[in-house]
Amino acid sequence: MVVATRVLSYRQAINEALRLEMRRDPTVILMGEDVAGGATIQHIEQEGAWGGPLGVTKSLVSEFGRQRVLDTPISEAAFIGAAVGAAVTGLRPVAELMFVDFFGVCMDQIFNQGAKLRYMFGGKAKVPMVIRTMIGAGFGAAGQHSGCHYAVFAHMPGLKAVAPATPYDAKGLLIAAIRDDDPVMFFEHKMLYDMTGEVPEGDYVVPIGKADIKREGNDVTIVAISRMVHIALEAAKRLSTEGIEAEVVDLRSLSPLDEDAVLSSLAKTRRLVVVDEDNPRCSVAADIAALAVDKGFDYLDAPVKLVTAPHTPVPFSPSLERYYIPTPERVIAAVREIV
Amino acid sequence: MEIPRERLRWIYERMALIRAFEDRVAQEFAAGKLPGFVHLYAGEEAIAVGVCAHLTDRDYITSTHRGHGHCIAKGVDVKAMMAELFGKATGVCKGKGGSMHIADVDKGMLGANGIVGGGPPIACGAGLMAKTLGTDQVAVCFFGDGAAEQGTTHEAMNLAAIWKLPVVFVCENNLYAESTPWTYHCAAPDIASRAAAYDMPGVLVDGTDVFAVYEAAGEAIARARRGEGPTLLECRAFRYYGHFQGDAVSYRTPEEEAAYRQRDPIQRFRQTVLSQGLLSEDELDAIDAAVQHEINEAVRFAEASPLPPPEDCLTDVYVSYPAEQLAFRH
Ligand SMILES: Cc1ncc(C[n+]2csc(CCOP(=O)(O)OP(=O)(O)O)c2C)c(N)n1
Ligand SMILES: [Mg+2]
Repeated sequence: MVVATRVLSYRQAINEALRLEMRRDPTVILMGEDVAGGATIQHIEQEGAWGGPLGVTKSLVSEFGRQRVLDTPISEAAFIGAAVGAAVTGLRPVAELMFVDFFGVCMDQIFNQGAKLRYMFGGKAKVPMVIRTMIGAGFGAAGQHSGCHYAVFAHMPGLKAVAPATPYDAKGLLIAAIRDDDPVMFFEHKMLYDMTGEVPEGDYVVPIGKADIKREGNDVTIVAISRMVHIALEAAKRLSTEGIEAEVVDLRSLSPLDEDAVLSSLAKTRRLVVVDEDNPRCSVAADIAALAVDKGFDYLDAPVKLVTAPHTPVPFSPSLERYYIPTPERVIAAVREIV
Repeated sequence: MEIPRERLRWIYERMALIRAFEDRVAQEFAAGKLPGFVHLYAGEEAIAVGVCAHLTDRDYITSTHRGHGHCIAKGVDVKAMMAELFGKATGVCKGKGGSMHIADVDKGMLGANGIVGGGPPIACGAGLMAKTLGTDQVAVCFFGDGAAEQGTTHEAMNLAAIWKLPVVFVCENNLYAESTPWTYHCAAPDIASRAAAYDMPGVLVDGTDVFAVYEAAGEAIARARRGEGPTLLECRAFRYYGHFQGDAVSYRTPEEEAAYRQRDPIQRFRQTVLSQGLLSEDELDAIDAAVQHEINEAVRFAEASPLPPPEDCLTDVYVSYPAEQLAFRH
């Protein structure tokens, strides 16, 4: 079967995934602050105002109406908790936590309620919900709008966590997340929204828990997450000019983790660098290093190198923020130390 | 309420300074000189100024993402503010915070806040300090109509009430939270009446009338200083710009916006003081000129200032911590 593809942005790919799933399944609803926007304002009641702060959910309200695209008050604990309750009782809500940094105001509903109900109820309940949330530095949005923090969620039993790096993966992973019967955290990097790429029409699934080799190579494995995949690819391109061929593994899923993909790449290259924009302590990067040491020890010919943000909040000033975010230069330096 | 002449001049100067600051920031942002998100306070000047007119540097305020006006009303240095918005080393937060986290604890300004509903509990803490140490300091918590729906706001009002904390909750109802009208996000017919749930006075105030704000805030702050507990003020006003710079504001009509301008707080103040002969036109114009000069100087200062050295990313995280554990390894 030939499936037509066309070029979409990461933002459009996410919008399309939501649209297709809402068409397919009437139990899928969307809620969050200004996901439509302009609620009850006559001249904009139909088409909505914002469609999310960066326009990701734009025009969904025109097709599905305000019954299924719900603007919420700024009450994250209430509406994310309501998503949990609706999921347990028969809907498939997609709730938007605008920036991941806001998890503090609603974490109980996410991790004590959504994540644990099934277990505590002896497996009798399921919680098929998705929380879409923005991550990442680079926007100058400073300390409370720029973090990644996905490690916090990957740490928690009961939650799944995915972080796509391309439009293709964003669409396929979001469809998979909506169809998944467990609560899934879906991390969207705000600096990727305008990135474009080939995206097939119609529905397809990128399975949760499967990494993707974004570039093949024999000399070193670079495991990367979300926007850092592109930093890793840029580093790999430059390393190639000096004869070092890096394999870039895009994790895509943070929990569950595709341990086999990491280990089999490591078995081939025998060297590992992990690139992670999150803070380093108890991070996904540290988890990958632990995996390499625990299950891949015999493959390793050199120490594992972690290229991460520092152990600081995200600073505002451009000069400081540039320092904070891992760069291709830092990845190249880490590779040179072990190859 | 009789307002001393010097204080009237101060009120006008602060309102004019906020307006000029915000209009200039809008320009600089449009020119691409400011990174990040910028939320402007123009149109709401009478609230910050009418309230802060009763405060000293020893009193505390908590603010919101729309915090420039609160800073200026609380006396934060405008040059250091502008430099902060430009991300410069000379900024009031050394370039670490930016517009959304602008703060100056020395002036009792406990920070703009990127978290809606982040401020109210902190204001309770400042009030608790004053009560515990037996001082006469008060804490004022500014928050938006949207923030009125956040659990933290309700919890904080209850806490302040049961402990009779010297806290004044000032809800700035500018009719919208982002693109959502307050009549949609709020179940009650007004926000002030929610005070009844916490057994505190609740007062609805015209937030475009600085005299009305001044009077209501004066009573609430005096009550707090006397140890009689918190008050909730709901001040209605309008924000002239979009939610943030870049918002196309499709949810408002031009007629609606024109109607706001009819009630411009600065023009209203001018008309009142001129018609009552409290201040002269020359006096007000001279203040305007001085304000323009101050803003021009602030921008010059910000532009001439250096960016912070990159490694400053690693400072100010803790009071004490092993430095090598703050830095990244690669
Ligand atoms: C906990 C949290 N949720 C959502 C946001 C995103 N956000 C920033 S400002 C805003 C609207 C705030 O409205 P309001 O309190 O009325 O203040 P205004 O912007 O009108 O001054 C929202 C939803 C946030 N910063 N923090
Ligand atoms: Mg508002």
